[in-house]
Amino acid sequence: MSLYILPKERLPGFVDNLRAGFRVVGPVRTETGYAFADIRSADELVLEYPTTILPPKKYLLPQRETLFTFRTGKAEDGAQQIEVEPVFQDVQPTVIFGVHTCDMHGIVLYDKVFSQGYKDEHYCARREQTYIIGIECLRPCDDASFCKDMGTLTAPPVYDLHMTAVDDNYLIDTGTEKGERLLLANVEAHLATTDDIRRLSQTLSAKWPHFRHRLKMTKDQIPSLMAINYGSHIWDTLGERCLACGSCTNVCPTCFCFDVQDEMALNMEEGERARMWDSCQLREFALVAGGHNFRASKASRVRHRMMRKGKYIQQVHGITGCTGCGRCQRACLVDITIPGTLNALYDEMQIDLSSATGA
Amino acid sequence: MFEMASNLTTTTTPRAVNGHSSIYLPTIAQVVDVQTETAFEKVYTVRLPGGQNLGHRPGQFVMVSIPGVGEAPISVMSSPSRTFDTFKLCIRNAGDLTSVIHNTILPGDYIGIRGPFGRGFPLEVFKGKDVLVAPGGLGMAPARSLIDEILDNREEYGRLIVLYGAKNPSEILFRDELRAWRQRDDIELFVTVDRPDESWVGHIGVITRLFPRVQINPFKTIAVTIGPPVMYRFVVMELLGKGLTPDQIWMSFERRMKCGVGKCGHCQVNHRYSCQDGPAWTYAEALAFEEAL
Ligand SMILES: Cc1cc2nc3c(=O)[nH]c(=O)nc-3n(C[C@H](O)[C@H](O)[C@H](O)COP(=O)(O)OP(=O)(O)OC[C@H]3O[C@@H](n4cnc5c(N)ncnc54)[C@H](O)[C@@H]3O)c2cc1C
Repeated sequence: MSLYILPKERLPGFVDNLRAGFRVVGPVRTETGYAFADIRSADELVLEYPTTILPPKKYLLPQRETLFTFRTGKAEDGAQQIEVEPVFQDVQPTVIFGVHTCDMHGIVLYDKVFSQGYKDEHYCARREQTYIIGIECLRPCDDASFCKDMGTLTAPPVYDLHMTAVDDNYLIDTGTEKGERLLLANVEAHLATTDDIRRLSQTLSAKWPHFRHRLKMTKDQIPSLMAINYGSHIWDTLGERCLACGSCTNVCPTCFCFDVQDEMALNMEEGERARMWDSCQLREFALVAGGHNFRASKASRVRHRMMRKGKYIQQVHGITGCTGCGRCQRACLVDITIPGTLNALYDEMQIDLSSATGA
Repeated sequence: MFEMASNLTTTTTPRAVNGHSSIYLPTIAQVVDVQTETAFEKVYTVRLPGGQNLGHRPGQFVMVSIPGVGEAPISVMSSPSRTFDTFKLCIRNAGDLTSVIHNTILPGDYIGIRGPFGRGFPLEVFKGKDVLVAPGGLGMAPARSLIDEILDNREEYGRLIVLYGAKNPSEILFRDELRAWRQRDDIELFVTVDRPDESWVGHIGVITRLFPRVQINPFKTIAVTIGPPVMYRFVVMELLGKGLTPDQIWMSFERRMKCGVGKCGHCQVNHRYSCQDGPAWTYAEALAFEEAL
């Protein structure tokens, strides 16, 4: 697999050719901001975009997804009968175009979650038909992002193709053989020359100073920071502020929890079982029959989310649970932020330390 | 009017669509018997298609569903030693799904089953040891799986001690078995109720009141407690007081569950998924989680 060079003016042709064989989705401009949407013509696709409202996770784990349909009824002897039929929704050749590096890190996690242990073929069937075309981030999205702190400013090996804008060209790295075939079958691209690669290197190293650090600690310190501060009073302060609206988890590229609900057709004989995004920030999330709630307070729910992002996902899947994309901060109505929380925990420990040492 | 009945009973594994199968698709199983245990609990005997063995361990659960209503985790009540072409579930009428099961499911009806799921009790660790089982309330249902397994392989275990606490006499489960157990000299049974009625002649008070009645050898005892979350702290205190170490004490965690396969997130206890890594845990493991007790 190699590096190719594609003049920018050939991008529309590439997109249009892809559209002939694939559902192509990518960032488009909308009234409320940029959003991943179906690309109906190549000029809709915007590759220099700050951030999207939702990450592309919606194509891999739809907001609502039918798992199976059923038919119930009574047999002649009066016994109740049931027939079930699995449904694999939205399984179609799809290209997700223009994925930022942080969001690719989210996809790495999703792939682990749904393919490991019990294999979730609803996800995997869709994923197998999905191509990912990344776009290298050369400027920060906005003040909310902290990808540099989270180590997500470089692309993880999850892309089929990864594009970097260099002057009037895209330098395209082929991450997979199928990605390379996709490229060469749909546009005329040439192998990059040593000169092209030198310019790519310059572009990549020049981008770093534009991104700032927001965290006072390193990414590797976060799990310990979270572990030590499980009992911090900061959770109570955040719990008082939190509205428990679930916006943060909705927009998060590493949130994947879901609810399962049955829906019955009007004839009361047919229906379907579906899953839909759920949020650990909602009161009912850990409630059981009889009324016991394992996370009754908002403080405990905010803490659970932060713990997942900073520690639990790392413990279970070996990768960071936060991509630093900043979406939860943008979505939060009461300004609860991950960097703000981590820094507050960190500051508090410095105070504790200095009072303990008398410094 | 409804003709698909015949092929239903031959469905053993979920059908595949374009080579894909679904971990969320229940196997349609037939309820062959329903017994009323108490005002709130009924025991359902379930037969998988073709009489296939469920192949579970004590402490595991299945996801039970009625399409159109919902799905919920229910412990397998029957022991592996008594599970051949059918298995038993003891279901309390507690909410949306369970009330529909109680009100509509009769022998001959079909329900959805997925599983068995979760880590059961490690019998290989229990073998050769004295086993103290302390169920509270509905915890007696999953406890039955363990107790019957031990009774059916009696020579492989040491003493079997059962300390059972129920709210009141009318909520005591499995009265026939309790009576039979009292006749045996290889099981030591103590039952207490919080709120006795006039007919009650046994022990009175919460389950912890039974612990002073038994002496155990702390070097060779494994304890298992299954019950409502509030009970664990108190039972664990008693067990530690008898000299057991945290890794000799097993407990089963109740948590909301939607998938049973470690994805949906509802049953998380700190970073662990109770449906996969539990629901049975040692107290030593539980101590490592802030969210455990
Ligand atoms: C490992 C395990 C084993 C269990 N074994 C048994 C048993 O042997 N017998 C028995 O009667 N009950 C058992 N329960 C409890 C049983 O799952 C709940 O009573 C049941 O989910 C209530 O469902 P519902 O729809 O009737 O109630 P609702 O309150 O209407 O609940 C709606 C949904 O929320 C979830 N939910 C609610 N309460 C619980 C809960 N306590 N645990 C897990 N999910 C819940 C379920 O998905 C349920 O369908 C067990 C629970 C767990 C976790």
